[in-house]
Amino acid sequence: MKKQLSSMQKLLVFFGFLLVFNLLFTLLGLWQKIYLVGVLINFGLVVFIVQELSKIVRAKDQKLYEKFLAIGFPILVLIVWEVTVNAGILNARWFPPPTKIAKALWELITGYDSFTKTSLLGRPWLIPQVWREQGWIGVQKLFKESHLFATLYRVISGFLVGSIPGIIVGVIMGMSRPVRTMLNSLMSAIYVLPKVTIFPIMMLVFADPFGEPPKIAVIAIAAFFQTAINTMAGVADVENVYLEAGRNYGANAIQMFRHVILPGSLPFIFAGLRLAIGTALNVIVAIEFVRAKTGLGYLVLYYWEIMVTEKMYASLLLVMVLGALLSGLVEKIQEWVMPWQKGRVIN
Amino acid sequence: MTTKIFIEGLWKTFDTPRGKVDAVKDFNLTVEEGKFISIVGPSGCGKSTLLRILAGLLPPTQGTVKITPGKDPSKPLNSVVFQEYAIFPWKTVLDNVAFGLEMRGFSTSVRYEKAKHWIDAVGLNKFVTYYPHQISGGMKQRVSIARALANDPEVLLMDEPLGALDAQTRNVLQELILQIWESTKKTVIYITHSIDEAVLLSDQIVLMTAHPGTKKVVYDVDISRPRGLETKGTAEYAKLSYLVWESLRDEVVAAMEEQR
Repeated sequence: MKKQLSSMQKLLVFFGFLLVFNLLFTLLGLWQKIYLVGVLINFGLVVFIVQELSKIVRAKDQKLYEKFLAIGFPILVLIVWEVTVNAGILNARWFPPPTKIAKALWELITGYDSFTKTSLLGRPWLIPQVWREQGWIGVQKLFKESHLFATLYRVISGFLVGSIPGIIVGVIMGMSRPVRTMLNSLMSAIYVLPKVTIFPIMMLVFADPFGEPPKIAVIAIAAFFQTAINTMAGVADVENVYLEAGRNYGANAIQMFRHVILPGSLPFIFAGLRLAIGTALNVIVAIEFVRAKTGLGYLVLYYWEIMVTEKMYASLLLVMVLGALLSGLVEKIQEWVMPWQKGRVIN
Repeated sequence: MTTKIFIEGLWKTFDTPRGKVDAVKDFNLTVEEGKFISIVGPSGCGKSTLLRILAGLLPPTQGTVKITPGKDPSKPLNSVVFQEYAIFPWKTVLDNVAFGLEMRGFSTSVRYEKAKHWIDAVGLNKFVTYYPHQISGGMKQRVSIARALANDPEVLLMDEPLGALDAQTRNVLQELILQIWESTKKTVIYITHSIDEAVLLSDQIVLMTAHPGTKKVVYDVDISRPRGLETKGTAEYAKLSYLVWESLRDEVVAAMEEQR
């Protein structure tokens, strides 16, 4: 009978492999030639190690271990990135090392671009001084030079303008089968259309290709369809037995909506809102690539044009952070509106 | 004794894409006030349809269905305990039980007081602030029963309330239903496919034929009250259970043959 290795022994073997492989790879000078192969094999070995380790970790420490993995792996990736760039394996021009990006990010946050007359945050530390010298108009000027504020303003106003009517129309569609069948095919057709494509129409409609209204309108329309379709599905999905219970216990039409239909469809409504905020960010970055003088999307493209790649990456990072914050905000609102879902898997 | 429920010549026909289907056919029943009536039949015999017509959730195709109002006209005629519990996941136990009262416009303090009384009666006072997903199936059905009782209806309609529960939980809840019924003496229509349950709980058992459903026989259950789980050990209980089963068996076979 073959002897089974224990997890501990397997771990040692994998660690041995890891060391020997990297030593050989480096000595043979293979990193410069086929670094992708090296990275892939190292990744494979890390996967094995992480697997075996999870068998050794005790049940009560499992949560901690998972947290360690979730935080540890991205850090590992950053370290590998830094090291490979500094070793000259990756081109520092196209892939500036994380430390350089971090520095660029700090410059973006604190700096002011005198050529485009813009800044990332609108230099909020100047607000007290400007307030004293120029009053509210000066403060407004500061807000106007902010890229982050520009994007945030477009996303949030478009999101609100679109999703509130979207929920209302979705409820009407969900409650009435004839209305649903009448509108459904049309809605579905528009739903699959990439939302940016209606930007030219909006520029025509508003006769203002560089202004804010067409940008906000595209986001609003995108948010409208996402929320309307999801709300409709949610309302139509409320289980019949809840409707029967509502009726049997004497709910009138308004009570029925308030106590049964609305809370019953909230999971779908929030799924729609989360989709809508994601789409809004997508759309606004695309639009800011094409037609804008401010905004995070513009910033990414601008630093590509003038070849300051570390600032391009820093701007990208800001888009990521904004996306995470916005969807986190929607989730927080969901937790607050739907306390009965706490401790339950959010669908 | 006054007549509480009066059903005469009831037909229910569903208009399906495959044509018209009779669910209930020429059904007649008179129930006196304060009686516990079980309706037993093979699956698909239309007993749930019958209950939904009584509850006013479905209109009858033909015939008369009447529940006599009581002295207090503001009291609801009926409240249903649904098979799938149908308690709202978005409301706490307390708000679920107070639901009917809230719909009828009672103030918060009045409805919570009444709701708490019934939550206590079904033994859930520790779970007042819980949401349904935090409690077990048996507890959910207790909430559903408390919700119906807090509404204080003229007639309590129960649609296979214990159908989804395991055998042990079912025993416990059977005792609870017996105990609550003995103390309230509400008129109850109890839909079930369990003969044991019907014999244990009811004053009368209405046996329905296979699809389309109509009344086949009515058994009087003469076992003395108060009853409890020990009733299940008596000879009369066993005898009656067997009698009902013999009659039901033909209908179950007929129902199975139809489904084939």
